[in-house]
Amino acid sequence: MLDTIFIITAAIILISAILTITAHNVVHALLYLIVTMLAVSLVFFILGSSFAAALQIIVYAGAIMVLFLFVTMMLHQGEKSLAQERHLFHFSSSITALVLCSMLFFELIYLLFLMPVASNTIFTTALSPIVTVKQIGMQLYGPYSLLVVISALMLLSALITAIHISKNPSTTKIKTQDNDL
Amino acid sequence: MIPISWILFLSLSLFTIGIFGVLARRNLLFILISLELMLNAVVILFIAGSRYHSASIANSDGQIMYLLVLTLAASEIAVGLSLVIHMYRQHHHLDIDKLNTLRD
Repeated sequence: MLDTIFIITAAIILISAILTITAHNVVHALLYLIVTMLAVSLVFFILGSSFAAALQIIVYAGAIMVLFLFVTMMLHQGEKSLAQERHLFHFSSSITALVLCSMLFFELIYLLFLMPVASNTIFTTALSPIVTVKQIGMQLYGPYSLLVVISALMLLSALITAIHISKNPSTTKIKTQDNDL
Repeated sequence: MIPISWILFLSLSLFTIGIFGVLARRNLLFILISLELMLNAVVILFIAGSRYHSASIANSDGQIMYLLVLTLAASEIAVGLSLVIHMYRQHHHLDIDKLNTLRD
């Protein structure tokens, strides 16, 4: 039962990821990416880590996709950017990348089948030992407290960087150039 | 009962699709989207690994690493999208091949 659901979910993930990569419209790519994120969260549910699945839906499909959509709304110009994108990405220009990636993929799959198969390759998903949020919190503020500090520093530095880059002095320079023209 | 090799196959395929996106696309926004796909592939591997090694007690290391990767993805997207806006202001399109001069 669970392995059938896993196979269907994996097929959804791979197909929507390929559609994400090959779409010309950014909005379509983002919608396919949301489908990918929801299917990945279903895989997390199957693997028994429900907290990660909830976070995947909330943060990825909620917050990060909204960031992408806001930027797309600011930058998208309808048919003009679609024509630019068709000029930038078509199949004949990506054959080299396709060959390289398929070589890498076949190497990885070959290594996967060459892997020494232990006796316990079967992966039990009895859904019984579910990790609760309380356990994760106890671990985060116990042995993993350095990780919390590191992620806080990372978020702070990302905030400062984003503010500094988007508030650049060259915009005022461009405005003055426009006024001169 | 899911074999671990199925999850490895899923993760490796998703990672390869992400690499193809980074190599083939020339739009900066699509490269960021492909990076998101690659981070998701890594996260699937973390969660499956923590599930695989939880013999008797529940193992929550995978979800803690997932939290770290989630924070990393959020900060990367914030910095990357501000770079996208900066590039669009200066060049009025998002072709990364046009970024070949290291000055204003």
